[in-house]
Amino acid sequence: MTQINNNTPMEKLTPGGDIYTSGNAREFKTGDWRSIRPVFLSETCKQCGLCFPVCPEDAIPVNKDLKREDFNYDYCKGCGVCAKVCPFNAIEMKEEG
Amino acid sequence: MSIRERLSGNEAAATAMKQINPDVVAAFPITPSTEIPQYFSTFVANGTVDTEFVAVESEHSAMSACIGAEAAGARAMTATSANGLSLMWEMIYIASSLRLPIVLSLVNRAVSGPLNIHCDHSDAMGVRDSGWIMLFSETNQEAYDNTLMAHRIAEHKDVMLPLMVCQDGFITSHAIENIELVEDDKVKEFVGEYHPEHYLLNKEEPIAVGPLDLQAYLFEHKAQQATAMKNAKQVILDVSKDFEKMTGRSYGLFEEYKLEDAEVAIVCMNSTAGTTKFVVDNLRAEGIKAGLLKIRVFRPFPGEEIAKALSHIKAMAILDRADSLNAAGGALFEDVTSSMYVNNVHVPAINYVYGIGGRDTKADDIKSVYMDLLDIVKTNKIDNPYRYLGLRKEAQK
Repeated sequence: MTQINNNTPMEKLTPGGDIYTSGNAREFKTGDWRSIRPVFLSETCKQCGLCFPVCPEDAIPVNKDLKREDFNYDYCKGCGVCAKVCPFNAIEMKEEG
Repeated sequence: MSIRERLSGNEAAATAMKQINPDVVAAFPITPSTEIPQYFSTFVANGTVDTEFVAVESEHSAMSACIGAEAAGARAMTATSANGLSLMWEMIYIASSLRLPIVLSLVNRAVSGPLNIHCDHSDAMGVRDSGWIMLFSETNQEAYDNTLMAHRIAEHKDVMLPLMVCQDGFITSHAIENIELVEDDKVKEFVGEYHPEHYLLNKEEPIAVGPLDLQAYLFEHKAQQATAMKNAKQVILDVSKDFEKMTGRSYGLFEEYKLEDAEVAIVCMNSTAGTTKFVVDNLRAEGIKAGLLKIRVFRPFPGEEIAKALSHIKAMAILDRADSLNAAGGALFEDVTSSMYVNNVHVPAINYVYGIGGRDTKADDIKSVYMDLLDIVKTNKIDNPYRYLGLRKEAQK
């Protein structure tokens, strides 16, 4: 698919704005929507693995040892679902400054 | 040889759906829906069709399921009426903007309050700007024929828009008429198979449908829909020509009934056109040059063609079976008169709102409209262009 941007004339846009490739959500950074930020307390974290499956934005990276790492703030919208699900209070929600 | 039958309008629409044999029918099976999903579910239960029938919990879900099915690459149909269409309203716009050629059988009935289930066009008029192609049907035969033509029009690559086939609630939907059906194999060949270019279940090409479409894009996507709607006009004419080759039944954008040499004319849609033809014949026998323009294609609106067809008329009345409650006139009146204006044709015009909530519109009512028109021709005066037909009022003092 040819690159579409805000200079593309209407005749060259796909009907209905359909996107004929996969994985393109990566191109749209949603982190600036955030008003509260999750803070990862790595020392409290038991690596139980409950937080990353519930993240709607896939913003909790998991490394090859199946351990979670710090948040990817490019995509985290600050919804707080991860903090709610954490049994060990290892995620703290803080107002964005 | 075609098959002679006698069917109600609902049966006619369901029979067309049976012969089309779509991949998916998603419909709400009870009131305010029509008998169409009920008849169709019988075909599913009997194994006459191999359609996946989804008995959803609401019309919002019916349209949503059709959208999902079409986006996946299937051919989807549904049927509804009145408040059922109102409940679909949000998804009606999604269907057209995602360019999914869903076909809906709409039985025109009043959108309630106060509660009414009878014929008028307020349901259809509520979605007239939603980007759906809208075909209106005078008779059961036309409801059937329009349904057979629907997919060829909607799925055409220059169009890709959803389409609704309208017919009058109870007046045609529940009335049994003689009808000529096309043989199953001929329908199958005429309608053809649906092979969309891009669809969600294509594992060779993963796609995203309905993405975020903000300030930089929505305008252009709406303009694409408008272009498709303009394209639909020619496609409808082409498909209708093919249909005529198969059945001998001819359809245009509208029907002109004794209009060519008419001096006074009525413009209307659906079953009232039948009553009007009867009145035109009677008036013609009395030497009055009455004519009718019956709109078949309401969206895209054939404004230029209508203006041309009515240019020689001395006075005309546009009949709206829904009141726009805008203190100016009904939707059809506005479309016809504004089309005449931009095409530089001036014909004295009046609007009648009629038949609301299933109120009977009889031959005498239609005759009175022609009498009013003759009066306008004689006096060259229109005291009030926005009128009611068959409304009870206190006697004038």
